[in-house]
Amino acid sequence: MSNTSALSGISAFFENPIANFGKLAKSLLVPLIGLVLFLFVWEIGAKSIKTSLGAFPGPVAVYEQSVNLINEHIAERDKEASFIKRQEERNAKKLAKNPDAKVKIRPYTGNPTFFDQIGTSLFTVMAGFVLASLIAIPAGIAIGLNNTLYSAFNPLIQLFKPVSPLAWLPLVTMVVSAVYVSKDPMFAKSFITSLITVSLCCLWPTLLNTAVGVSSISKDLQNVSQVLRLSWLAHVTKIVLPSSIPMIFTGLRLSLGIAWMVLIAAEMLAQNPGLGKFVWDEFQNGSSSSLGRIMVAVLVIGLIGFLLDRTMLMIQKKVSWDKTAVLR
Amino acid sequence: MSQPPKHLELTKVDIDFPTPNGPFKALQDVNLTINKGEFVSLIGHSGCGKSTVLNIVAGLYQATKGGCLLDGKEVNAPGPERAVVFQNHSLLPWLTAYENVELAVKQVFGKSKSKAEMKEWIEHNLHLVHMDHAMHKRPDEISGGMKQRVGIARALAMEPTVMLMDEPFGALDALTRAHLQDSLMEIQKDLNNTVIMITHDVDEAVLLSDRIVMMTNGPAATVGEILDIELPRPRDRIALADDPQYNHYRHEVLTFLYEKQRKPDESEKSAEKKSDSEEVAQPVQDAATDKKEKAA
Repeated sequence: MSNTSALSGISAFFENPIANFGKLAKSLLVPLIGLVLFLFVWEIGAKSIKTSLGAFPGPVAVYEQSVNLINEHIAERDKEASFIKRQEERNAKKLAKNPDAKVKIRPYTGNPTFFDQIGTSLFTVMAGFVLASLIAIPAGIAIGLNNTLYSAFNPLIQLFKPVSPLAWLPLVTMVVSAVYVSKDPMFAKSFITSLITVSLCCLWPTLLNTAVGVSSISKDLQNVSQVLRLSWLAHVTKIVLPSSIPMIFTGLRLSLGIAWMVLIAAEMLAQNPGLGKFVWDEFQNGSSSSLGRIMVAVLVIGLIGFLLDRTMLMIQKKVSWDKTAVLR
Repeated sequence: MSQPPKHLELTKVDIDFPTPNGPFKALQDVNLTINKGEFVSLIGHSGCGKSTVLNIVAGLYQATKGGCLLDGKEVNAPGPERAVVFQNHSLLPWLTAYENVELAVKQVFGKSKSKAEMKEWIEHNLHLVHMDHAMHKRPDEISGGMKQRVGIARALAMEPTVMLMDEPFGALDALTRAHLQDSLMEIQKDLNNTVIMITHDVDEAVLLSDRIVMMTNGPAATVGEILDIELPRPRDRIALADDPQYNHYRHEVLTFLYEKQRKPDESEKSAEKKSDSEEVAQPVQDAATDKKEKAA
């Protein structure tokens, strides 16, 4: 919302600079002043906090470390490229000598960089979120349509909803290592563990909101469906689903937010690859730059969480018929 | 057995609604026969069970005793041959006017009509209610009167044996209501549907109906009096406003509502059931202004 209002403020400013100056000031200047003030307080405050790893990172330290992280990523990619090039040259030589020679192609096994970890985390969170939604939306519809099912499952939902991901994690880890046994696994075990933990925790908001949305369909629309003698399937697809879309999206947005928070915690605790592991590794590393790098991760985690929510909002605006609803 | 079956027949209908304090008898011994092509209004105070009668005919409620026969067949479930126009238009907000009618047409004629025929039929019905210009707009983009027009088009498009209208114009302002009443009379002239309409509005009932069924107050409400309206059609509201026979009919209905079936204690009731009393307040006010007009 603020983005669009800022844009409209800017465009209005160019059309009529004098009259719209106030609008521009409000949409751009005020947030900017807030940001500058925050950075100032942060820099001053950070200097006065001394830890065993040096002063708490201020904005300058964070900026330096983000540049470092980008450089490390570029360096790592260069190393990978040269490794693959060397390997290809070696293999080409071998084949030139003896066309029947067996050629070995090894994958590059360097350390994952900060950006690799972001990619892993994003992929895991999306997979977990999609899995949870695929379970939660149909289950929510079933529970919302049927009062008996609702009474049967409501206590269970209320019981599992508040469970922290960290409580699930040991159980999930053990079950995955016992059950998911294969010589050539399609996914790493750590990925499966994170996926299931994330799904278990972010299932509930979508499930509950879908159920509430479905059960609160207006009596009038149900009567219409009855008068038209819609079949069960047509009733669900033509009446139930569209009318509960706004509530389903409310649930999905809550779920995605939870999924992202849960994932970071799970990665940290279980040492599964991802941003959480990055934070934990830096913490264990304990160099003078560690705190700055963790702070970069914190900001990136926040930014990604924000972007995920915005993406869901955009999809909701596209899909939902209820254009009058205020979306925040 | 020798008598030919009536078109629509309600016989000795009782209905009980379960409440925590035992069953509540909403209707008792309702008998009503309606002929083909007849326009019948149900009028009565709020809570007298008008809507309940309509819902029994629609099949949305089941009578506890007695029953409803349509062309000799028992009514026990809702169906498109008894299309309902609901008070709050009940259009699906995510579909355009066209799509709303289309949903009904596909359901009723999906097998018997080709795609082109269905399109023509949908457009024809929207044309009947003068909604051609806005047929691809969604309900939240059109006015209340237009929504109700689409609601009527949807009901007409099902080609119902009986069209049921549950206070179709109750939520509209007086001018819009008059427009819609005129449209409805025009459509009725061409199609000659059997219509049952619930109303609070005495003028509306007299203007539109062939017969007015006046209901007594609940609980255990029933049919009080039936008034035949023998005004020639087409009826013109302006000419009728000065017509002694028209005013006589209005007088009859008003007498029934405000003398014979006067609510015992309006003020006490209003404290109990606010929403109901608000609905009652409207016709009372109407009547008061009507009398003033007459005096002038």
